[in-house]
Amino acid sequence: MRIKLMACIGAVALVAAAGLATAQTVKIGVLSTYSGPTAAQGDQLDKGIKLFMKLNGSKLPPGVKVELVVRDDGGANPDNAKRIAQELIVRDKVNFLTGVVWTPNAAAIAPLAGEAKVPFISMNAAGVAIPYSSPYFARVSFTLWQSSYPLGQWAAKKFKRAYTVVSDFAPGHEAEEAFTKGFKEGGGEIIGGVRIPLANTDFAAYMQRVKDAKPDVLFAFNPAGKQATAQMKAYSDLGLDKAGIKYIGPGDLTTDEELPSMGDAALGVMTVHHYSAAAERPANKAFVSAYKKEFGQNLNPGFMAVGAYDGMQLIFDAVNSLKGNVDPERIMAFIKSYKNPNSPRGPIAIDPDTRDIVQNEYLREVRKVGGQLANVEVETVGNMVKDPWKQFNPKK
Amino acid sequence: MQSFVSSLVSVAFHGLAYGMILYVISVGLSVTMGLMGFVNLAHGVFAMAGGYVMLTAMNRYDVPFLLALSIAFVSVAAASILLERLLYARLYTAGDLEQVLLTIGLIFMAVAVARLIYGTLQQPVHLPAYLKGQFSLLGRDFPAYRVFLIAFSAVLVAALWFGVERTRWGAKVRATVDNRPMAQAIGINTSRLFTITFALGSGLAALGGGLGADITAIQPTYPFEHLVYFLIVVAIGGLGSLRGPFVAALLIGVSDTACKYWVPQFGAFFIYAATIALLLWRPAGLFGKA
Repeated sequence: MRIKLMACIGAVALVAAAGLATAQTVKIGVLSTYSGPTAAQGDQLDKGIKLFMKLNGSKLPPGVKVELVVRDDGGANPDNAKRIAQELIVRDKVNFLTGVVWTPNAAAIAPLAGEAKVPFISMNAAGVAIPYSSPYFARVSFTLWQSSYPLGQWAAKKFKRAYTVVSDFAPGHEAEEAFTKGFKEGGGEIIGGVRIPLANTDFAAYMQRVKDAKPDVLFAFNPAGKQATAQMKAYSDLGLDKAGIKYIGPGDLTTDEELPSMGDAALGVMTVHHYSAAAERPANKAFVSAYKKEFGQNLNPGFMAVGAYDGMQLIFDAVNSLKGNVDPERIMAFIKSYKNPNSPRGPIAIDPDTRDIVQNEYLREVRKVGGQLANVEVETVGNMVKDPWKQFNPKK
Repeated sequence: MQSFVSSLVSVAFHGLAYGMILYVISVGLSVTMGLMGFVNLAHGVFAMAGGYVMLTAMNRYDVPFLLALSIAFVSVAAASILLERLLYARLYTAGDLEQVLLTIGLIFMAVAVARLIYGTLQQPVHLPAYLKGQFSLLGRDFPAYRVFLIAFSAVLVAALWFGVERTRWGAKVRATVDNRPMAQAIGINTSRLFTITFALGSGLAALGGGLGADITAIQPTYPFEHLVYFLIVVAIGGLGSLRGPFVAALLIGVSDTACKYWVPQFGAFFIYAATIALLLWRPAGLFGKA
C-alpha cells in the first residue's frame, strides 16, 4: 500500500516536472510543402516563417524557448498530412500545429488537432468550412468568400454579364459560389462558367470559349502559381483584352511573386485581396524591405509569406502573453480575442465566434510602378470583413 | 451556322497549336526511345535544361530569342554527349527496368539541382515583340506565338522525316536499330552513331522546352509533370516511327482542345480515355511494328 502510494506520488511529481520542462520549450509543428510540383507555395510559407524567426525569434519571456519542428507534406495529400500531424502530436508532442498550404490537408488535420487539443493555426489553407470541424482550429490567412463576395458586389455596379472560370477543386468552387452570389445580388447576370482541372496546362480552348460567349467581365480563380500565369497569357494571347472583356478575380490571380512572369499581359487586371506587396502602409514597407534584404532584391513577398509571418506573430504573442505556459484552453481563449493592428496587410483580428480571420479587403489594379508590375491598392472595398459564408451558413 | 464554322476554325487552330507543342516536346523522345530503343524517362530533364538555358540567356544576357534557342539546342546536345558516354552507353544492352531506374534517378537529381540553382518559381518568359499579340488572317485573329509554333514544328517534322528516311545517316540509324551486330559487321561505327543520335534527341528536347516555355512553364518539376504526355505521344504513335508521334500529337491536341471547348465538364479526363481506347485498338501504337 505504502509502496503504491509512494509510486503514485513519484509519478505525479514526474508528470509535474515534465509539465514544467515542456512549458519552457514551446514546440511548434510546421507542416508545409517543401517538395513536389507545388513546392513554390511551401517556399513562400517557409520564407515568411524564416523572416519572422530572424527578426523576432528571440522576443520571448525569460527562460522560454521556441523550437520549430518542420515537416514536408509533399503537396495536397490529406492522408499523408494526417499521418505527419499525428507524428508531430504524439511523438514530438508539439504545443502548436501550423503551416499548411493546402485545404484538403488542413481539413484532414483539424479534427485530429481537436481530438488532441493542440491549437492549429492555418497560415494559408483557406477552405471555408474548416473552423467548424475543430474548436482548436484558427486561421490567419483568408477565405475566398472574403475576397470574391465583395468583388461580386463591386463588379455588379460596373458590369452586366459575367463568365466564371475556376479551378475544379474546393477553393475554386467557393470562389465561384461567392462571386456568383455577390454579382447576382447586385443585379448582374452569369452567362456561363467552366471548371478547369487542376492538372491543366493549356488554357487556349477555355479562353476561346469565353471569348465566343462575349461577356463584359471574366471572373477567374486559379491556385496562385504557374497556372495563373498560363491562364493570364492565354487571356492576352487570344486578345480577350482587346475584345473588351475585363479580367477580375481574387488576388490569387495576380500574386506579387508571379507578376514578373506574367509580364505586361497582367496590366489592368482588377483583383480583390487582403495583401499586396505594393501597399503603402509603413508596416508593409518595413516588411517588404526586410524580405528583400533577406531573400534578394528581385523577390516580392506574396500573401502566403504574410500569412506565415502573421501566423508566427500570433503564436509568439500567445506565448508571450501566457508567459510560456502553453495550456491549450488558455491559448484558444487568447486567440479568440486576438487583434494585431500592425500586420503588413493592415489591421487583423480573429473572429471570436468562428476563429476565422477578420481583415480589410482591398480592390487592386495591376499597374507599372517604377518599371515594375505591382498590385496597386485602389480602394478598400471591405473594412474588417468577417467571412461572409459563415454569416450565411451559421454553425448549427 | 457561321458561329459554328468559326468555333470549328478556333478549335482546329488551337488544337493544332497544342498538338505541335506536344510534338515538339516529345519528338526527342521518339528519337531516343522510338529509334534507339532506350527507355529514356529523363527526356523531360533535357527539355527543362533547354528551357533554363534559353531563358537564362534571354533574361540575364539579353540574347535574342532565336539565338538563345539555338544556344539551348547546341549546349544541351553537347552536354548530353557527356551523359551518353558516361551513363547511357553502359545500359544500351540492359533490360528496360535498369534503364527506367537509371533515368528516373536522373530526374530526381535534375529536379533537386534545378531547385537549388533557380528556386521553385517558374522562370519569366519575355517573348520578342514579333511573337506577341495577334496575327490577322481572313478577318480572324490568331495568336502570333502559336502561329509561329505551328510553322516551326512543321519545318522540324519535314527536316526530321527527310533526315531519317532520305539521308545516309538516317539509313545507318535504321540499320543499326534493326540489327546492331550486322550494322557493325558492315563497317558502321554504331557507338558513334548512337552518340550523335542521342545528342540529336536531347537537342530536340531542349528545343521543345525552349519553344514551349511560354505555355509549359519552366520550373524544377517540369520533367515529372510532362512525362505522361511524352509517353502518351510516343506510345500512341508507336515505337520506331517518326510519323507516328506526329500524328499522335495532332490527334491528342485537336481532340483534347475540342473536348475542352465543347464539353469542358469532361476536362483533363479525355486525353487518358482516348489513350486507353487507341491502345486497346492498336496495342503497338498507330504506326508501330507489332
